[in-house]
Amino acid sequence: MSEQMPAAEPGPADSAPADSAPAHSAPAGGVSADTVTATTPDGAPKTPGGGRRRFSAGLIIEAITQGSSTVITILAIFLALVVGGLLIVFSNPTVLNDWNHFFSDPGVALTQTWQAISFAYTQMFEGAILNPATVSAAFHGGSIAAIFYPLSETCAKGTPLILTGLSVALAFRAGLFNIGAAAQWIGGAVVAVWLGFGVSLPPVIHVIVCVIGAFVGGAVIGWFVGLLKAKTGAHEVIVTIMLNYVMYSLLSYLLSTPTALQEPGQSNQIAPFIDANANLPHVGGPPPQAGVGFLIAVGAAAGVAWLLSRSTVGFQFRTVGASPSAAKNAGISVERVWIWAMLIAGGLAGLAASTVVQGTNTQLTFNSYGTYGTDGITVALLGRARPFGVVLAGLLFGALQVGGSYVEAATLGQVPADIFQVLEGLIVLFVAAPPLVRMVFRLRSAKGGMEAVAKGWNG
Amino acid sequence: MERVTAITTAVRAPLSPGRRYAAAITFIALGLVDIMLLGFFSHRGDAIFALSLPGAGTQLPSLHAPAALTCYVAGGISIALGLLRAFVEVSRRTKRLTIAIVLLCFLIAVLCWSGSATTTPLNVVSLLQGSIEASIPLILGALSGLLCERSGVINIAIEGQFLAGAFASAIVASAFGGLWLGLVAGSLAGGFIGLLLAVFAITFLVDQIILGVVLDVLALGLTNYLFDRLMAQNPNYNTGISFSSIKIPVLGDIPIIGPVFFNGPIFLYITYGMIIVIQVALFHSRWGLRVRAVGEHPAAADTVGIKVLWIRYRNVLLGGLVAGIGGAYLTIGSVGSFNPDISSGLGFIALAAMIFGRWTPMGSVAAALLFGFSEQLAYVMSTLNVPLPPTILNMAPYVATIIAVAGLVGKVRAPAADGKPYVKA
Repeated sequence: MSEQMPAAEPGPADSAPADSAPAHSAPAGGVSADTVTATTPDGAPKTPGGGRRRFSAGLIIEAITQGSSTVITILAIFLALVVGGLLIVFSNPTVLNDWNHFFSDPGVALTQTWQAISFAYTQMFEGAILNPATVSAAFHGGSIAAIFYPLSETCAKGTPLILTGLSVALAFRAGLFNIGAAAQWIGGAVVAVWLGFGVSLPPVIHVIVCVIGAFVGGAVIGWFVGLLKAKTGAHEVIVTIMLNYVMYSLLSYLLSTPTALQEPGQSNQIAPFIDANANLPHVGGPPPQAGVGFLIAVGAAAGVAWLLSRSTVGFQFRTVGASPSAAKNAGISVERVWIWAMLIAGGLAGLAASTVVQGTNTQLTFNSYGTYGTDGITVALLGRARPFGVVLAGLLFGALQVGGSYVEAATLGQVPADIFQVLEGLIVLFVAAPPLVRMVFRLRSAKGGMEAVAKGWNG
Repeated sequence: MERVTAITTAVRAPLSPGRRYAAAITFIALGLVDIMLLGFFSHRGDAIFALSLPGAGTQLPSLHAPAALTCYVAGGISIALGLLRAFVEVSRRTKRLTIAIVLLCFLIAVLCWSGSATTTPLNVVSLLQGSIEASIPLILGALSGLLCERSGVINIAIEGQFLAGAFASAIVASAFGGLWLGLVAGSLAGGFIGLLLAVFAITFLVDQIILGVVLDVLALGLTNYLFDRLMAQNPNYNTGISFSSIKIPVLGDIPIIGPVFFNGPIFLYITYGMIIVIQVALFHSRWGLRVRAVGEHPAAADTVGIKVLWIRYRNVLLGGLVAGIGGAYLTIGSVGSFNPDISSGLGFIALAAMIFGRWTPMGSVAAALLFGFSEQLAYVMSTLNVPLPPTILNMAPYVATIIAVAGLVGKVRAPAADGKPYVKA
């Protein structure tokens, strides 16, 4: 089906002047319809007789063999780091002062600049990935586990990002734009926390019940969005945005009501600690190191990959994502796909909440939902709405966040962590703009641009 | 080509039963809420509505309404209209009229219910005044979005344009002491984000949804960073000066209408101007026809000699400038000083208002007003003796929007080429 679909569609806009039918907008640009279903991310025209690539290990091989796309991604990250370097210099008064005397003493200005930038990035690497000091300490009788501490922390930070990223990515593949991962996160968190302290169950069962509860809590919110879209045509972008705010208010209400989620005797908006039985087990060490939550995230990514590429349901999702009208013609219930896609997407965002409230040994507060919703969107976009890509993107953003706060502490606040938020945005921007990267690095244009992961409002 | 026609007819098939009865069910549900919740739980007695601001020149007498009875009547009307919609096929104009009546009834019931909880009169004028002011940035943001999207470029960067405009106007107005300078700077800062959007979307063909989200993230990160670097350390850059209200000489003295529509910051009048100019230009000028053509079918527009990319560049830039003014309103139009993440998602609500308003200026304005009003109503109700916690009342504007979108508006259709880069063959 996915091979035949582009053939069934009329060609790009120029060849179809009579195609003024507004409802059938997918092929008008000629970009989204065939690229979303395409199993090859290079945007190259598919050869119907060439056969589909095998998937499971194929995903990894594909990522490696796509030389140009990988090169572009690496160059894009490099470019973002260069721009980030400028911000680091601007935040450093000493270096700025040296630049004022650039013409009298250019050497000092350049060395200072280099030192400031390399110090910040080295610190970031040491904080988020590997600190050489721990390696040499391990050789002198120190702990070996300490070597992996930064990496473990990165995985832990990346865990909820991967899950909300998967949530947004799955919706994208079904042609839906899920801006409401924050609301679904809250739905999951509320259920998980309530089951966590309100119910007492034997050890292993309690954790499982809470995780399932979180999935259900998020899924209900997502299901509601899908249901409204299917039954009334309400646009999911509006409904998810509005539900975010509804859930913020609901969370605020629950956390300030002692009979609901507020910790007794508190005047702040804070929930009690959940039962020890309900906490996700540790793998390496206690939080902030990665725990079972990370395994859940990776497992969920594998599950979504299987769902999308191997199952009938996933095929229906992708078909609807490519062209709802074609899917309808092929006998797929578009409405059911919307409902199920949003339900699963919501559940994934709920799982993200579970890994936070059950995995980091903290109490749920009003600010717990943080920026998981928007981070989920950027992670999904950077990962090109593919499960494996989302895992990598989530880890990268986790590393930036861990490294960012490490640098902020190491430079006594001189390099604020805000810079790394800008860095996240720049990376996504440059990765999404291969023509720009090619222009900057004077690469020859090889293949088409980045495939469209997201589509216009008309789905 | 037959295939295409077949598909489009399939999509335009008659409304599904869910859609068919959605309005009727919503009407009846609202009517039942009017009666069962608001009517039964109204305190016995009158709800008092003040129709003049304290200290206004001409004082109108306050309006007294028997709370419970009014709620019952409002509910009865809604249910009757719901039954009408369920069994009688009516024209489009009548449909809209019934929607308006049911919403008005619901509103009156809510006001009576909350007004009956206290003996202090509920001031209708200040409620409306607040609603208009809360709607200003939403209207400007929605207009910005629709300028871009009518020409075929999706603008999710409204939030980023707000932030950039708010920051630039606050810092320029504070540093140079010129409010007008701040206004211009805010607009230009929004325009700068618009320029980025245009360059990346039109020239570099970046996926426009990615781009919009990224620009929001970038604007948030950069303004946080600059706030931290410049304003937090030097209060002279964030003095909090703002425009004062301007009262239109004669019109401003009309009771009720005057203080609501003709007494506000300069942004209010700029917004009026924008609405009129964009509405007229979009639907009654050659420019507007070209913009719409480019947004619906760029290839066709190109064949008759319209410069598609140039029109898109121009519109996205204009959109950025308009949203920048909306951002400036957030600082120098109201509170004065800038705070990190000052727009706190308003750009996304403006986006929702634009979609909700079906990409038309008037629809967007109506959606923004609905939102601004319910927000203000929730605020006023939280100051009255209403038996609901403020956190629940805060949900009102969002719930109202969901109900309106799901129950009354339904499926919307974007310009056909919205979000699709145009590459000349």
